[in-house]
Amino acid sequence: MLELKNIYKVFNPGTINEKKAIQNLNFTLNDGDFVTVIGGNGAGKSTMLNLIAGVYSVDQGSILIDGENVTKKPEYKRAAYLGRVFQDPMMGTAGNMGIEENLAMAYRRGKSRGLRWGISNAERALYREKLKMLDLGLENRMTNKVRLLSGGQRQALTLLMATLQQPKLLLLDEHTAALDPKTAQKVLDITDRIVSENHLSTLMVTHNMKDAIRYGNRLIMMNEGNIIFDVSGEEKKNLHVSDLLKRFEDISSDRMLLA
Amino acid sequence: MGGILASIPGATAQGLIWGVMALGVYVTYKLLDIADLTVDSSLCTGGATSAMLILAGFHPIVSLLFAALAGMAAGLVTGFLHTRLRIPAILAGILTQLGLYSINLRIMGKSSVALLRQPVVISLGNIPMALAIGFLVIVAVIAVLYWFFGTELGCAIRATGNNRKMVRAQGVNTDSMKIIGLVLSNGLVGFAGGFLAQYQGSANVNMGRGAIVIGLASVIIGEVVFGARFNFAYQLSSIVAGSVIYQIVIAFVLQLGLSTEDMKLFSAVTVALALSIPTLQKKFTKTKIAPVAAGKE
Ligand SMILES: Nc1ncnc2c1ncn2[C@@H]1O[C@H](COP(=O)(O)OP(=O)(O)OP(=O)(O)O)[C@@H](O)[C@H]1O
Ligand SMILES: [Mg+2]
Repeated sequence: MLELKNIYKVFNPGTINEKKAIQNLNFTLNDGDFVTVIGGNGAGKSTMLNLIAGVYSVDQGSILIDGENVTKKPEYKRAAYLGRVFQDPMMGTAGNMGIEENLAMAYRRGKSRGLRWGISNAERALYREKLKMLDLGLENRMTNKVRLLSGGQRQALTLLMATLQQPKLLLLDEHTAALDPKTAQKVLDITDRIVSENHLSTLMVTHNMKDAIRYGNRLIMMNEGNIIFDVSGEEKKNLHVSDLLKRFEDISSDRMLLA
Repeated sequence: MGGILASIPGATAQGLIWGVMALGVYVTYKLLDIADLTVDSSLCTGGATSAMLILAGFHPIVSLLFAALAGMAAGLVTGFLHTRLRIPAILAGILTQLGLYSINLRIMGKSSVALLRQPVVISLGNIPMALAIGFLVIVAVIAVLYWFFGTELGCAIRATGNNRKMVRAQGVNTDSMKIIGLVLSNGLVGFAGGFLAQYQGSANVNMGRGAIVIGLASVIIGEVVFGARFNFAYQLSSIVAGSVIYQIVIAFVLQLGLSTEDMKLFSAVTVALALSIPTLQKKFTKTKIAPVAAGKE
């Protein structure tokens, strides 16, 4: 589904701010994998997702989505294959536009946009049905401006938008980090349901070890721009938070030794 | 007092003409979130194009089409500078504006041309007629904009002004959206320039100086007086109403004895004040409902 081959990414090369964000990263995601991604601050998790999405171009290496080499494709073209939800609830929606207008934008992801009317009545019925499944009462507020929604409502809406046209790959970057625990849980449940119902290949970044273990069928841990731990199946199910914490400690003591 | 009342119909007609330009400014400033300074020159480009074509024997309506096209070309240049060459939008607009000054002089061959006894579609010599035609044109322009910004493409442009990251994530090339918006906006401004030249019976190289400020003033007056609410057609109409109010106020202060030389200063101060309204409002309400510090009830 997704292949990352020998990826390198350096920010601000040749300056004092030079940062090797990704170093020789290799990763293959199988069809239908739901992978949780953990790692300390600055480990390169967001950068990896941004490279996949084409926000930045890679310095070296190649990115294949469903066998197609997309390394040179701009962000807006790769969007045809990707659904994305960001950490910042403001990022995923257009606040000055209505809920249904946002959904209509998402409904046309990967399709050409012309001079047809921007939203049809048949679509409205579809959106109402989908919004009802979120169980947040949004189906009765379809023409409301999105800026009137709470962060959690916006994230749930963004998630719906990301999956309205089935993506080949769903990228979630700490999409519940800005929400209160109860809302975060709700959005995570919605995520899990949408992912399993549609068998979506998914990368979900989180700092919550419990969630990282509970959700998905595979877990990867990143450090200094690389994947240092990769478990799936039974082995992943039997992980405990303490196992992960131990690995984090090992990394930081290595760092101490090097320092 | 009588003089002021008598000047209202003429000011209204001017307001309708400038209203077309204000709608162009609205497209970039409000919908795309770009302050495009191209308009200060593309207005004249439209005026010059229309005037020269009429003098060359073209039908005034045909000349207006070319005025719009000339404006669109100017918008395309700014769009190219901004999106392809990554020049900040404000600077891209200023560069096009400056370059167009020379081009406008080239089009006219001198700094101004008069349209004496030439066929025109709108003229200050016949105010009732000018009002009727200005009104019809405004209604048509609003109808077209209402339709366009309701289409898939129009929605994508509006979203681009709102959240570029989201728009790219939805598979839209935000650079293309900016270019289309700038082209559309300057097309309206060029058209308004042609319209204005015919109304005044002349085009001159300074006719667009401060146009961006007049456009912003109209947008803000429209929003403050009529509120940014209801549907899109209402908002568009309120900008034109803002433009009419602006022209009436200008006529009023001119009659009060303000000299035309001081007019630009007056406009600049007015718009600076209007632009600061949101900030001032926030400050004012903040002090009013400032929470009582803990333990001090
Ligand atoms: N646009 C950028 N310009 C310069 N440096 C960047 C940029 N984006 C990321 N970096 C740097 O690259 C490194 C990896 O950052 P990244 O955002 O991928 O980390 P992360 O694993 O997502 O961390 P967090 O958990 O804090 O979100 C960091 O050192 C960061 O400072
Ligand atoms: Mg991150």
